[in-house]
Amino acid sequence: MVPRIEMDRLTKYYGATLVLDQVDLAVADREVVALIGTSGSGKSTLLRCVARLVDYDHGAIRLDGVALEGELPERELRKRIGIVFQSFNLFPHLSVLDNITLAPRKVHGQPRGQAEERARELLELFGMSEHAASYPERLSGGQQQRVAIVRAMATDPDVLLLDEVTAALDPELIGGVLDVIRDLKQRGMTMLIVTHEMGFARDVADRVAFLDEGRICEISPPSQLFAEPEHPRTKQFLQRIIESGRL
Amino acid sequence: MVAAVSTAVVFGLLAWFVASSPFWPRIQATYFSAEDMRLSFPRVLRGFWLNMRIFLVGEVAILVLALLVAVARSLTGPVAAPLRIAAVVFIDLLRGVPSLLLILLFGFGIPALQLPGVSRSSLLWGSVALILSYSAYTAEVYRSGMIAVHGSQRAAAKALGLSQWQALRYAVIPQAVRNVTPALLNGVVSLQKDVVLLSVIGAREAVREAQIYTASTFNYSSYVVAALLFLLASVPLARFTDWYSRRDEQRRLQRAF
Ligand SMILES: Nc1ncnc2c1ncn2[C@@H]1O[C@H](COP(=O)(O)OP(=O)(O)OP(=O)(O)O)[C@@H](O)[C@H]1O
Ligand SMILES: [Mg+2]
Repeated sequence: MVPRIEMDRLTKYYGATLVLDQVDLAVADREVVALIGTSGSGKSTLLRCVARLVDYDHGAIRLDGVALEGELPERELRKRIGIVFQSFNLFPHLSVLDNITLAPRKVHGQPRGQAEERARELLELFGMSEHAASYPERLSGGQQQRVAIVRAMATDPDVLLLDEVTAALDPELIGGVLDVIRDLKQRGMTMLIVTHEMGFARDVADRVAFLDEGRICEISPPSQLFAEPEHPRTKQFLQRIIESGRL
Repeated sequence: MVAAVSTAVVFGLLAWFVASSPFWPRIQATYFSAEDMRLSFPRVLRGFWLNMRIFLVGEVAILVLALLVAVARSLTGPVAAPLRIAAVVFIDLLRGVPSLLLILLFGFGIPALQLPGVSRSSLLWGSVALILSYSAYTAEVYRSGMIAVHGSQRAAAKALGLSQWQALRYAVIPQAVRNVTPALLNGVVSLQKDVVLLSVIGAREAVREAQIYTASTFNYSSYVVAALLFLLASVPLARFTDWYSRRDEQRRLQRAF
């Protein structure tokens, strides 16, 4: 079967620095893959390449077998791949509802009524109905991040990319956001998740990939990767996490 | 309350001091002659009405033109390079030359060219010069507001599929305008006064009218009338600017917790 999303020897430099080194990674339909690795190992860059926010230098990325570059029209790509950032990046001058409906209306030409109906459905689904008219600054970080996820879901994407979506949140707000992601998995969403929450990665991911210096060192189901890591770098990384009490 | 009382006392003392000085009668006759004020008032007011019209039309033109220039300057990519360069040249040239000089150049120069199909109204071309001069300055105000919008907002817009233009229109510009509204309001207060510069090309605005009255009577009360009219218009605007800036400040503090 053709993978939902597939990276084929993806290589990216920032100036002279090699940031992604021939990354091969395939995510199947409905699969959840967690990306872990030390700071600076290239996790965010990988997601940004898939979301086409930065250019890459060599290799290819394919969505259902169609290359993102050259073959897939930009608008379709934006509709089918959603990304959520660590810092929410909601538009502060727009209400929650307008944040969510902006792209469906202005980019994909949906009438306002239809876009708002869908937005309200999604808000309802994630228990945020009462905040539709609020402005982002009135919401807690956890609520803002859930709105950001809903915004990314508003075009019914095939793939959702999540870049450390709980890293900027107070501990007591993390749970609500993780619940939303679990819920999405339940509904069959294909996701590529960068996270520092090892417990969550173990819980929710079908496979976990350990990225080191721009290379995928090891990729296997969480039960295996966390219990019996094969690569010395993976062992070292997990050891450090255990010592700092985060697993 | 204490502030109000102490303010009243200070100003009261000051007024008493001036009014009781031996020069007061001469000051009063020269600047505050009720008769001259009454006589000059209609013509100064008529002039002031011209100031207000130029100010209002000019302000709208400036806010729109400056935004276009700021947007042109912020465009990226090789296709937009001519626009970007044109914007930089526009800003550098027009901001670098004193408004007064521009008004003389345009207001006297363009009508003197006697170009077919081109208006020969000094007032029109002088106003255009003032608008261009203010637009160059205001474009930079807008631009500073656009730069202050964090890059992650553009990334979010791009990820959602918004084009460069849509990102500006729906994400960057509204935030930028909000960022610089206090600075824009200061520009409004300042333009209101600078319309007076058009008197150098003979526009019969308030100050020019006051001057004409003075020339024949050697009494300066007409200037005081003009000054009072300007104050009447600018003080409320200045108070509003203060109020808005304070509210804006509080909103920012709230957002930062
Ligand atoms: N815009 C940029 N310009 C230059 N170098 C960059 C840029 N963005 C990232 N880098 C570099 O690329 C490398 C990978 O960065 P990336 O943000 O992908 O790491 P990460 O794994 O997401 O780290 P973190 O866990 O800290 O978020 C780092 O060495 C970083 O310094
Ligand atoms: Mg990162």
